[in-house]
Parts: sequence; C-alpha cells; structure tokens
Amino acid sequence: MSLRVSELRVYYRTLKGDVKALDDVSFTMRDGEILGLAGESGCGKTTLGKSLIRLDGRMRHVGGTVELDGRELPIGDDRRMNAFRFHEVSLIPQYSMSAMNPTRKIGKMVGELLRSRGVALDRAELESRLELVELPRTVLDNYPIELSGGMKQRMVMVISTLLNPSLLIADEVTSALDVSTQKAVAKALIGFRDAGFVKSMIFVTHDLALTSHIADTVMVMYAGKLAEKAPSAAMVTAPRHPYTRLLINSLPEVGVRHADKKLSGIAGSPPSLLDPPAGCRFRARCPVAGDECAQEPPVAEVEPGHFVACWKA
Amino acid sequence: MRQYFGRKLLVYGLTFFVAVTINWMVPRFMPGDPVSSMVARAGVSNPGAVETMRAYYTGLFGFDQPLWKQYANFWGALLQGDFGISIWVFPTPVSEVIMGAVPYTLGLMVPSVLLSWVVGNWAGALAARRRLLDNTVLPVGYVLTAMPYMWLAVLLAWGLGVVAGVFPVAGGYSFSLQPSLSWEFVADLLHHWVLPFLSLFLVALGGWAIGMRNMIIYELESDYSTYLSALGAPQRLIRRYAFRNAVLPQITGLALQLGVLVAGALVTEIVFSYPGLGSLILKAIQNQDFFLLQGTFMFIVLGVLIANFIIDIVYVVVDPRTRAGMAGAQA
Repeated sequence: MSLRVSELRVYYRTLKGDVKALDDVSFTMRDGEILGLAGESGCGKTTLGKSLIRLDGRMRHVGGTVELDGRELPIGDDRRMNAFRFHEVSLIPQYSMSAMNPTRKIGKMVGELLRSRGVALDRAELESRLELVELPRTVLDNYPIELSGGMKQRMVMVISTLLNPSLLIADEVTSALDVSTQKAVAKALIGFRDAGFVKSMIFVTHDLALTSHIADTVMVMYAGKLAEKAPSAAMVTAPRHPYTRLLINSLPEVGVRHADKKLSGIAGSPPSLLDPPAGCRFRARCPVAGDECAQEPPVAEVEPGHFVACWKA
Repeated sequence: MRQYFGRKLLVYGLTFFVAVTINWMVPRFMPGDPVSSMVARAGVSNPGAVETMRAYYTGLFGFDQPLWKQYANFWGALLQGDFGISIWVFPTPVSEVIMGAVPYTLGLMVPSVLLSWVVGNWAGALAARRRLLDNTVLPVGYVLTAMPYMWLAVLLAWGLGVVAGVFPVAGGYSFSLQPSLSWEFVADLLHHWVLPFLSLFLVALGGWAIGMRNMIIYELESDYSTYLSALGAPQRLIRRYAFRNAVLPQITGLALQLGVLVAGALVTEIVFSYPGLGSLILKAIQNQDFFLLQGTFMFIVLGVLIANFIIDIVYVVVDPRTRAGMAGAQA
C-alpha cells in the first residue's frame, strides 16, 4: 500500500462554526495507482488534496491519520510536514498559470527552490524531463510571462515531479485548459507515472469523463464523505451509488442529439457542511431514498475494489 | 531598447515644454505689479524720478513688450542658460540665487526621502505577517503618516528645540558664523539640519512602512508563494521573492517622491526658516518676483523629469516584464 488514509477529518474554521469539509474519509492506494477524485463543487475533493500536502490557514486537522509508504504524515504540523513536501508528496496546483515567480527566470527559480530543499540541480535530468513534455530547454532562460498557458502548466508539472515524489496531487489541472490540451496533459501525467517519476497520483477533478480515461480507480465524494470508489471501468459501466449514477447520466454522450433527449441534472443542491443532516447526506436529493437512510450508511466493499456507501447498493 | 527610450525622451521633451510655458504664465497672472513695488521700495518721492525709474525697470525686465514677444524672449534667454534677474534681490541673477538655495534643499530632502524609503521598506517587510511586530509597526506607521509634516515640525521644534534646547529651531546655520569649510561650520550646519530632517523623515517613514507591509502580505498570499510553501520551500526564500516583487511599486512611489523633492520641503523650510528653495518660492511670491519664481519652478520641473527618467532606467533593470514588453515592441 502506498497511501492509507484512515478516518480523516478536516474542518474549516469559520465564524459560524466548523465546516466539516472532510468527514471521516478512509481509503487506500496501491503503488502505481492513479486515483481520480471526482464530485461537485464543495464535496471536499480539493480539501482532501490539500490535506495531504499543506493545510491552509483556515483548515484544521481534527482527526484521522494519513500513512504514506508506511510512515505517518504529520499533516496537522506545518513544520514537520515540510520534510515530506516535494520529496515525498508533491502538488500540481490549480493555479499553474501563476504558480511561478514572475520576476525570476524559470531555470534560476528552480535552482533556488532545489537548493533551499538541500538538493543540487541536475541540469541534464531537468532538460530530459522538459523534452518529455515537449518543452524546449530554452524555457529555463525565460520568464514565466514569456510562456503560453499550456507551457506554464507543463513547466509546473516538471518542477513538481522533479524529486520523484511518492505521491503527486494534481488539483484540477485540466480545468482551465481547452480539450486538446487537456488530453496532452493527461497523457503526460500517465507518462510520468509510467516512467516512475511519481509512484502514485491523485487526480482531483470535476470532469468525470476525463477522469475515467486517466485514472485506474475513481473515487466520488459527496458532501465531505466518500460515496463510491471503484475501478474506472466499473464506475462508468456499473455504478452502484445513486449519486454516481445520476452524475454519470448527466454527462452528455457522443452521438446523442440533445434536442431530442434532454440532459438530466440532479435536482437540489448539496447540504450545508456547517451542520450536515444525520444519516445519508444525499438522502434529500436521492430518488430511491428510504427509511433506512436516516441511519448513516457504512462504506461496504460490494465487489473486490468496489466500495459504496449506500444502503440500496 | 532605443525605441523605448526614444519615445520616453520625446514625452519628457513635450512635458518640459508645456510645464515651462505654464511656469512662465502663472506668475504673470498673479495680481499686482512688480515694478511698482520696486519703485515703492526705493522710497523716492520726486514724481519725475519715479517715472524714470518705472520706465527703466519696465524696459529692463521687458514688460513694455507685447506678451508673445516676452514669451519668445524668455525661451531665447532660457536656451542660453539665462534665467533673468531677480526682482527681490535686485540685481542678482536668478541662477545665482537658486544655486545658493539648492544645496540646502537637496541636503535636506535627498537623505530624508531615501532614508525613509529604505528604513520604511525594511520595517514594513519585517513586520508583515509577524504578529508582534505588526501590532507595533502598523499603528505607529498610521500615526506617523497621518501627521501633517509641518505640524510634526512645529512639535519637534517646540519639544527638542524650545523645551529641551538640544537643537536650534531656525536657520541653516548660526548667524554668528560665516559659511566656510571649517569643522566648526559643518558641525553647526548638521546641528541645524537635524530637526527639519527628522520631521520629514518620520512622516514619510510611516507611509513607506505601511505600503510595504501591505504589499508583502499581498505577495505572500499570491499563487507563487502558496506553491513554494506547498513544495516546502523555507520562509526565507518565499520572503525574498515577495520582497523583490513588492518593492517594484515602491520604486514608482519613490520616483514620485524624488520628483517633488525640490519643492516638497516648502512648509518645513518655512517652519525652520531653512534657506532652501521652499523659502525662496515664498519670498518670490511675496515680492512679485516673476523671474525667481519661474526659475525655481523650472528647477522643480527639471527635478521631476530627471527623477522619472532615472526610475525608468531602474525599472528596466529590476523588472523583467518591462524588458519583455520592449522585446515585444520590437517584434
């Protein structure tokens, strides 16, 4: 097991009280696995991604543990966590377009960053990785402003994976890109995994269709909890959780004229995480909800590798 | 690069022309007549002599010519480096009067502007995101920057000058001394310099510190800082980047300050009767001295333009984005 997350709880501190953005989430990842993390806005997927590398100022680690390669990550301790960052856990942020210091040449910035982490810059290795994502080596002598959005994205990908981290968190990396670039980025990420630059990867996205192409396993979250986790093929063809089913049904299909068949969404909106309702959190929007749903459904393994948190599954 | 500076120089040339024209116009629109006051100052009662003096002075300063001709003559003289003759201290040339005052103003303003900039930026950068320091630097900064500088000057003059008696409250040097290059005179000069300097320095300091603190916080919250933190980069590196990027707008601010440098101390100089350009402007206005006023304004315009040009060059050196912009202009 590369990553083991057990009963992780991370809350946001607000003036009205704690927002339970991540409430009792447990899952594991194999070595070499790419986990697609999907769900609608506010389901806790970005919070989960951030929790594994750096909690921001408002986030509080309430409970649960994260174990990476058999060692526990001190995610609540910003200082101790530093030793793991970049070396063991790394991040491709949502904001790749502005992730690099605008007033430093990229090559110089990378060198300074590495030196500050006690690593000497291996120029040849860096250049070979640039080649892998089809960036000319001259970008190292450019300022970020001189690169296009797609180039910046790839540059950040190279920087983040330079120290061969065990776990890479790719947070909404394709959200700001057009479809053809999305595919190139997805390919590059798989290439990084296959080349052994990263052992395992969490691919956070709201794009379920893209996720199923990249990821080996897809995990769908709802309102701070795990809804369903399954191999991507099973997730697309045989989803068990009613939420996942609705989510997949709301995707447009190729070849279907939507003038004839209206796209169906999911009625209602997710519950407030400030004071979530007892029982299944999807109950209010669920078409098949019954009386038992007033009890919180446990996460059950319905098939090998297929986990669902639903009484009806 | 050449195109960039060529365009800049053209804009500066135009600005110079317009500003100097306005400088020429402003004193002439002031109510009052300088010649009458000069004649009155002479205290002659014989009407014939008064008439002769009036005719002589009017001819001497060219006031009998039509306005457009006065304007043309003014440019002609200016291009030969002739600023005219002062009315207030007739018949000293204006350039001589100004040159006597410039060292005092520059000696006061250059150290106070530059030092307050350096110290303010340093204090602000240090205070940002450090609770204890921030809680002291910020309120002190607000109080300092909200203080009218002439009021602080009066306060300092009263506290350290009148009550404590540590520093003299008026003049550039003691009246008992003649300007010379002796230790005694230099020490006396410094002694008189401290209070006006301090008043200007302290007021500017607060503004710089607050500005820098806010800029640093902005930079520390920017995406590149967050990314570096996520990769575990030490605070030292992140703060170094933040400082470098935060200082860019401060440089612009400094440029504007350097611009008004020459005139900025006007009220301070009056409070301390400091013999700089500020006092000169006041005297020129009081005495309807067109030429002296023109000359000092001209000096200020030149100061603003030169300061801005220097900052343009500095910006090209420190901000790569300016350079990238120039490359784009060439392509």
